Amino acid sequence: MSFIVSPQSLSFDQPLQLQGGGVLRQYKLSYETYGELNADRSNAVLICHALNASHHVAGSYLAEDKSQGWWDNMVGPGKAVDTNRFFVIGVNNLGSCFGSTGPMHINPETGRIYGADFPVVTVEDWVNAQARLLDSLGIDQLAAVMGGSLGGMQALSWSLQFPHRLRHAVVIASSPNLNAENIAFNEVARRAIATDPDFHGGHFYAQGVIPKRGLRIARMLGHITYLSDDVMNSKFGRLLQEGEIFKYSTQEVEFQIESYLRYQGDKFSEYFDANTYLLITRALDYFDPAAAYQGNLQQALAKATAKFLLVSFTTDWRFAPARSREMVKALVANQRQVSYAEIDAPHGHDAFLLDDPRYLSLVGAYFERISLEEAA
Amino acid sequence: MNPVLRDAVVQMVPYGSRVLDLGCGDGAMLAYLQQQHGCSGYGVEIDDANVLACVKRGVEVVQLNLDQGLSMFDDQSFDVVLQIDTLQHLRNAQTMLVETVRVGRMGIVTFPNFAHWPNRLSVLLGRMPVTKKLPFEWYDTPNIRVGTFADFFSLAKKNQLHIQDAFGLQDDGVVRRWPNVRAATAVFQLSALNN
Repeated sequence: MSFIVSPQSLSFDQPLQLQGGGVLRQYKLSYETYGELNADRSNAVLICHALNASHHVAGSYLAEDKSQGWWDNMVGPGKAVDTNRFFVIGVNNLGSCFGSTGPMHINPETGRIYGADFPVVTVEDWVNAQARLLDSLGIDQLAAVMGGSLGGMQALSWSLQFPHRLRHAVVIASSPNLNAENIAFNEVARRAIATDPDFHGGHFYAQGVIPKRGLRIARMLGHITYLSDDVMNSKFGRLLQEGEIFKYSTQEVEFQIESYLRYQGDKFSEYFDANTYLLITRALDYFDPAAAYQGNLQQALAKATAKFLLVSFTTDWRFAPARSREMVKALVANQRQVSYAEIDAPHGHDAFLLDDPRYLSLVGAYFERISLEEAA
Repeated sequence: MNPVLRDAVVQMVPYGSRVLDLGCGDGAMLAYLQQQHGCSGYGVEIDDANVLACVKRGVEVVQLNLDQGLSMFDDQSFDVVLQIDTLQHLRNAQTMLVETVRVGRMGIVTFPNFAHWPNRLSVLLGRMPVTKKLPFEWYDTPNIRVGTFADFFSLAKKNQLHIQDAFGLQDDGVVRRWPNVRAATAVFQLSALNN
């Protein structure tokens, strides 16, 4: 059993200008904190989430079985990000569906549910909102911002948007932008959702339906890309779901991998919001800090003053090591302090959430260093 | 880290240099250069345990396979590039030598000198040497090549590298007389010829 935590929420009335031109006049952010903020408010660590996660990073909710946070193996008392030393903040991003203002909430301007009218939000917008949460918590400077995948993009963006508000950026299994193949996967997922007859142009809430078919397909596709060929083969191979002979059916589940993907899709469609999926994959697509510098990442990262730890996983083909190396190269060219580990793990992109002792002890050693600097 | 080797290297590194240490091991050399010699920079390592050791001691480290080249690093972007007992583990030792002086204004290369007289004696008696500097049996050595002080001269010449200094090392210090015979370790200070 993990430690007990409870979510909190803060409302903001100061309008948030969005990169895409829209404005959120008022919004709320759900967040959780673990550990104690020290007297000089210097030990705060912000954890940014990826596509389908939330502010519930670590710990468990009281009397709720299986309610461990999504990075509970990484964050907690005595863990790599040690909450006995650090004050850790997890925050749910705008447009998500776990408590912070999102498409399933009421648009105060129309009195109706936002649905498809929820403004497009970007990584930069999220970081701006996170910064306001820190203002409210009285934290000027973070010891570190950390995230994996899309969360890593937020950590990188923090170092560019607010270079003096963080000392370290920990960017795991991430990328300085998505390549065409990656955008293509996102687009297939979005089309699966948007063409579901139950989607109703994003205003399905009023119809009392949920575009579950689209969500299932989106999740099945996503799930394939988060795993590696090797791990799928070793886990499922060509094993059949029932018996040892084919049913010779085109529609029934035949192979175990089909059953697994269907199960993952069903589970996801029960709790995830369709508009959120569209919004968050779009935020992934749009992120590209080098774009303002004609694609020159070195120039783009010149603003960053934080120290960096980057980690990638050898079998991650969705956020491949080569993409992390691009960031390392740009940081080295700017003479920034950066360390980079390439973990030889079989689990593909999912590896960043899993228990690999090399990975966890590396991150732990890095945070140990941060806390020693802290004490110095 | 052998203190004689360490001191010999430190003497060649200008104070405050930006240093790239290829095959930095547990980061001991870089840590020393940072703490005692005003240096900054990065280590490059392939081994997970060494990468962890570097992070633990506060040495910036980039996990790369040197046999994949140094495209991560720009031309002349470091004052000094170190290859301390790394060369004998590399498949493309020649390429890496050229890369070392492309990336660094100065390169410092050390490796076990196979022509050291106890090694010669051992081979003369028909056996591969097992010494303090070459402590492995022939069948389980991590070294994929051995070379001599004299061999390195001709390799440097072939690649048009400028040898700024070259000497041998023994436990009791620098060997400048007959290093090809008298020294277990060969040390070369290099730059690109056109510098």
